Amino acid sequence: MLGRLSLSAIPLDVPILVGTFIGVVIVGVAVLGLITYYGKWGYLWKEWFTSVDHKRLAVMYIILALVALFRGFADAIMMRTQLALAYAGNPGYLPPHHYDQIFSAHGTIMIFFLAMAFMTGLFNFIVPLQIGARDVAFPFLNNLSFWMTAVAFILVNVSLFIGEFSQCGWLAYPPLSENQFSPGVGVDYYIWAVQISGVGTLLTGVNFFVTIVKMRAPGMTWMKMPVFTWTAFCASILIMVAFPVLTVAVGLLGMDRYFGMHFFTNDGGGNQMMYLNLIWAWGHPEVYILVIPAFGVFSEVVPAFSGKPLFGYSTMVYATCSIMVLSFLVWVHHFFTMGAGPDVNAFFGIATMIISIPTGVKLFNWLFTMYKGRIQFHACMYWAVGFMITFTIGGMTGVMLAIPGADFVLHNSLFLIAHFHNTIIGGVYFGYICGMNFWFPKVMGFKLDETWGKRAFWFWFVGFYCAFVPLYIVGFEGMTRRLNHYDNPAWHPWLLVAEVGAVLVMLGIACQLTQLYVSIRDRNLPQNRDVTGDPWNGRTLEWSTSSPPPVYNFAIVPHVHELDTFMHDKENGIDTRQAGAQYEAIHMPKNTSLGLACAVFALIFGFAAVWYIWWLAAVGLVGVIGTVIARSADKDIDYYIPAEEVARIENEHTRKLMAQAAE
Amino acid sequence: MAQNTTVQTAGHDEHHHESPVVFGFWVYLMTDCIIFGTLFAAFAVLHNQFNGGPTGHELFEFGGLGLETALLLVSSITYGFGMIAAHKSQVSKVILWLGLTFLLGLGFVGLELREFAHMIAEGAGPDRSAFLSAFFTLVSTHGLHVTCGLIWIVTLIVQLMGTTEIPERMMNKLTCLSLFWHFLDIVWICVFTYVYLASMI
Repeated sequence: MLGRLSLSAIPLDVPILVGTFIGVVIVGVAVLGLITYYGKWGYLWKEWFTSVDHKRLAVMYIILALVALFRGFADAIMMRTQLALAYAGNPGYLPPHHYDQIFSAHGTIMIFFLAMAFMTGLFNFIVPLQIGARDVAFPFLNNLSFWMTAVAFILVNVSLFIGEFSQCGWLAYPPLSENQFSPGVGVDYYIWAVQISGVGTLLTGVNFFVTIVKMRAPGMTWMKMPVFTWTAFCASILIMVAFPVLTVAVGLLGMDRYFGMHFFTNDGGGNQMMYLNLIWAWGHPEVYILVIPAFGVFSEVVPAFSGKPLFGYSTMVYATCSIMVLSFLVWVHHFFTMGAGPDVNAFFGIATMIISIPTGVKLFNWLFTMYKGRIQFHACMYWAVGFMITFTIGGMTGVMLAIPGADFVLHNSLFLIAHFHNTIIGGVYFGYICGMNFWFPKVMGFKLDETWGKRAFWFWFVGFYCAFVPLYIVGFEGMTRRLNHYDNPAWHPWLLVAEVGAVLVMLGIACQLTQLYVSIRDRNLPQNRDVTGDPWNGRTLEWSTSSPPPVYNFAIVPHVHELDTFMHDKENGIDTRQAGAQYEAIHMPKNTSLGLACAVFALIFGFAAVWYIWWLAAVGLVGVIGTVIARSADKDIDYYIPAEEVARIENEHTRKLMAQAAE
Repeated sequence: MAQNTTVQTAGHDEHHHESPVVFGFWVYLMTDCIIFGTLFAAFAVLHNQFNGGPTGHELFEFGGLGLETALLLVSSITYGFGMIAAHKSQVSKVILWLGLTFLLGLGFVGLELREFAHMIAEGAGPDRSAFLSAFFTLVSTHGLHVTCGLIWIVTLIVQLMGTTEIPERMMNKLTCLSLFWHFLDIVWICVFTYVYLASMI
């Protein structure tokens, strides 16, 4: 009846997990209780959970990403603490069985649920506004994508309290991840979480590709498209090409585990290196999927706070596109030690180094944008400059690892760990937080507190170096990744320093939370309100709407004359909004609960498949198909906002703009 | 593209704008194509890993295979006739052609399942060797797609029943399914050539 699920699957004997569970229950009951107390369930359901509005979905994506950050960071600091303790006679506080789940969950969560969710949140908010569209091409799929990502994250967290998570690292290399060596449910949780969130990500990629190709405002030719939209476009293409390969790689591993097949097993003619090739044919493009949009954020932020147009727009576009192509030509550098031979390794080593050329072009473009600019050192610029320094160092250690000879020594050492955290924290995370600080007033109508933003930056920046420079050093000294105990006295002091770094990063996260709290508390102070919708003297179309934008984004679809069209309009006295024009009824998609329903059935299916509860898996599968058919049959999918309503909203905003101008 | 929408007069008869649905579905199909491409690559890597078990040459029979292929190719033609009827808004003819397509597709899936059952009974199941794992996964992924297509056909037949005209949204659905169905034909041609013919020659 319940497959392999029994009471013994609940880890009551692990005090850390019991404590976590109690904590989660207390917080959960408190949150649910508060929602009930304030009677907000109807509001949440109608305005958020069932919403197909890209702006609402963006906010939910970013909340999901922040929750994933807490979970992923909790894993990180537990690992650092273990390594600070587990030296010589001290076994530390995490047994290998538990420690291995933590590093696997850390990587999986940080990439799939922090970085991807944050990136999708930024796409959702910015792209339609930047191209002058009223929504994405497929609003229902957008809602479905969000819920697929969300339920996959729930599935990962269910594994904390029911059963176990994978102990095979964030990419679950076979043969370790095969039934022979991992007979438990951990790898199955991993497989279904990745597959379900993969559906969401793939649909997001298709959605944004089509949105950008088909829905740009009249006059916005390709080379008048804002750089962030360009980067979203390139990342969407990468998603569409790379994620199907991930689906197959993890799917074939599932075939081995569920049907006893022999794709990657030791016996039966299986080939483990095929898994590595497949997973990295996805995995390397994946890191560019994450970092290219971060480059896009900096390309918007640096001009805005330098008071200048972006230096070398077209080279920025070409550099982005060439990085997109090159990202598919380097995957073998993840396993130079496979023994593919010097010719193959030389090709992939050189291809890897070539990527640093377009990346360097970008870096110089940002520097030249700042050169002779009127730079405002806003919190956004702190993250941007911190990124330029950190990412450059991360890039250079990447070039070091791209030398096959050096890689033979450094492969799977902590040097590698330091390198990719150097690029992913310094590039992706700094970029997304920079974007959050930049676009927050557009989303919420008030600015984020700058003082706390800067404090968060300094803790993150110093904490990052403190945590990862020691890892470069012990990596050089031969310490491999994923160790949970060591005897080398030379490593111990460095790992203590790294622990201090992790604590500093924790303070950085605390500052970010405080920043959110303080900003919400002081949202009505006049200096914090964004009345005009254009708090930074922005250059692109998203700043021409009110903050937060009306549900339809643009009452009159703007006409694009130039690159940086909003700045061009401001300089030439053109009203981008065309306020006071004849408004017309606006056709909008209706909210629907079917996306959420479909995702819940997917969650049921995933959970049942993990535990071999086949009748429940059938229920989940039929539910997924049924909701899709129900959507197909649903005729009530759109509505019109009457012209009078549009006029009322627009006139209200015009009145506010006039009042602001009069002051 | 909502920006082209003009004022709605008298509730219906709205000015139609270009829908991104068909283009979007085509783009989605290209991602599906990458799934098949990757499965073909896996088959290419493992196609000689017999593990002492039967080879393709010993297993595959041309007769049933030819019939399967014929059924699927003919079903593409019948779907094409269905689309011609749809463009002329002849709903009952559309239903008829879709029904015929469904039967042909069902025949294909039935034959494929029979072939699978036969192989498994002979001890040549997907767990026998890496070659057979790759074979079963690739071919049944295609078969699963055809099965999804069958569910889709039934859904659209039910939605068409009792209607007299084909609105834009239904036309989009029929066009997407058309793309899907023809795409599966193309994939099958590749499966037929690369998996079956190449092993039998």
